[in-house]
Amino acid sequence: MNRLALFGLIFVIVLVLVAIFAPLIATHDVGATDLTARYLPPSAAHWFGTDATGRDIFSRVVYGARISLRVGLIVVIVSAVVGTVIGALAGYYGGWVDRIVSGYVFNVFLAFPGLLLAIAMVAFLGAGLNKLIFALCIIGWVGYARLLRGQVLKVREYDFVQAARALGARDLRILFVHIMPNAIQPLIVQASLGMAGAVLAEASLSFLGLGVPPPAPSWGVMLEEARDLATLQAAPHALIFPGIAIALTVLAFNFLGDGLREYLDPRQRAR
Amino acid sequence: MKHKILDILRRGVILVLVVWTVVSLVTLLIELVPGDPATAILGDQATPEQITQFRRKHGLDRPAFFFSFKADAEGDERGFIWHGTDNRYVDYWRNLLRGDMGRSFRSDRPVFDLILSRYAATIQLAVAALLVAVAIAIPLGVISGRNRGQPLDNILSVIALIGISLPSFVMGPMLIFIFAVWLGWLSPSGRFEWSDIILPAVTLGAALSALLTRMVRSSVIEELGEDYVRTARAKGLSESVVVYKHVLKNGLIPVVTILGLQVGVLLAGAIITEKIFNWPGLGLLLIDDGIGKRDYRLVQGCVLFISVTYIAANTLTDMIYRWLDPRIRVS
Repeated sequence: MNRLALFGLIFVIVLVLVAIFAPLIATHDVGATDLTARYLPPSAAHWFGTDATGRDIFSRVVYGARISLRVGLIVVIVSAVVGTVIGALAGYYGGWVDRIVSGYVFNVFLAFPGLLLAIAMVAFLGAGLNKLIFALCIIGWVGYARLLRGQVLKVREYDFVQAARALGARDLRILFVHIMPNAIQPLIVQASLGMAGAVLAEASLSFLGLGVPPPAPSWGVMLEEARDLATLQAAPHALIFPGIAIALTVLAFNFLGDGLREYLDPRQRAR
Repeated sequence: MKHKILDILRRGVILVLVVWTVVSLVTLLIELVPGDPATAILGDQATPEQITQFRRKHGLDRPAFFFSFKADAEGDERGFIWHGTDNRYVDYWRNLLRGDMGRSFRSDRPVFDLILSRYAATIQLAVAALLVAVAIAIPLGVISGRNRGQPLDNILSVIALIGISLPSFVMGPMLIFIFAVWLGWLSPSGRFEWSDIILPAVTLGAALSALLTRMVRSSVIEELGEDYVRTARAKGLSESVVVYKHVLKNGLIPVVTILGLQVGVLLAGAIITEKIFNWPGLGLLLIDDGIGKRDYRLVQGCVLFISVTYIAANTLTDMIYRWLDPRIRVS
């Protein structure tokens, strides 16, 4: 595995640990404001400094990992399961189901900017964590469905599938016992890249005020709060630390995804 | 030939279906609004007469769709009611085909006029971002490709990666901090002087430039291995003439076409960039005036307009791509 993928893997593991043990790692109460300690630069007491209302930025960044990973995990799992089932059924059975799914649904979703769809849905449903997750799942499943459909179409024609069919195995058994295990590998890559996408989307929407409402310590919310001129002037670190957290998280999942792709596809490794 | 016509027909049908879906989505999504839009706009103090008047004016008193399910007097039995074509969904379509997107719930101005008044700013920003991206990507990509595998290439690759992974809402405020707050060279937001477009264009173009740099790089590497390069070198042409005149010319074909596909992405990304820099385009109209003031008619219009522009840009690129590269036409 290459070095970048290794960095990605290590960072993701650290991030997961940080999210799980956030209450132990955080040095201050995330919500506690202290107007006598506004805009403090990084120091021994406040590792990442404090923001406009004197909240400890380090603790908020730590808790922010929880929100990011929770959104990412739920979105990826739900989208992957829904997408896999629909994609696999469409690819295996073909016919009019496949024509509707791949001819119409895929094209519609591809023709539509995902972020805009999420913004529109949240605009009408109202802001909030669950609605955000719902909107991201609606957009997310299509990628997995496309992937799985293509895989199943390919694997369906292999000899061992023909053999299973000749032995009289039922459709669902062929699909889930014989085809799926051989078709599912690229899904892992897609899931890793999907985590990056979901984390980014959550932060984007929260930044626009359409995701997790403040004062929740979402990285997107923190950036939105840090970007007014007064705060930029007095405490640029309020912007920099959550910014680095998002960038590294997105980068790590992307590295991990690329690395996994290389690892799973020997043809790419050779290059 | 028959194949070709069928293919064009198929694409046309898909296009129509996509636009139909988008329009249906934006008309039906408004039904998901929790509570009544009228009370959301007019506030709690509104008299019942005011609310009735508002609902009538914007067609909210009419049925939403061809049919509905209504609870009877007891409130539990659900009955099926058929409304026919006398409904808001048909209204919206009818008006849309006449170029009428309804009136803003807030300002009462036609949504179409509001959108047109902001459209130029968004297009301007997207084009500027595209130029920034190209201006960064071509030299960096060529340098990277020529020095493949060397330290310079690695450094540029890392920069490109950072450019891709740094979201606009991180990069934008950072640029504001550096160039507006710290150095004081540019103004932090708005659209008053020509220089105001620099920071938003860089922010929006950064991710694209990183992506393009990678493409130019691989394109240059691929072309450098071609026979005509050897010929050109053997002729005694200087290396820079070989690279910039021959290699780049051929290598840019795929890059230019991919660029078109990114116009749509830029339009969607412009929503966030406009918000960061208070750039008065469609995105800001959607977020601040539409969603922020719960002006759902305006939200419908903006979403529809951005989507259709996005779809049009993609279709156009796809057509140019096919026309430029016959290999794709055949397959």
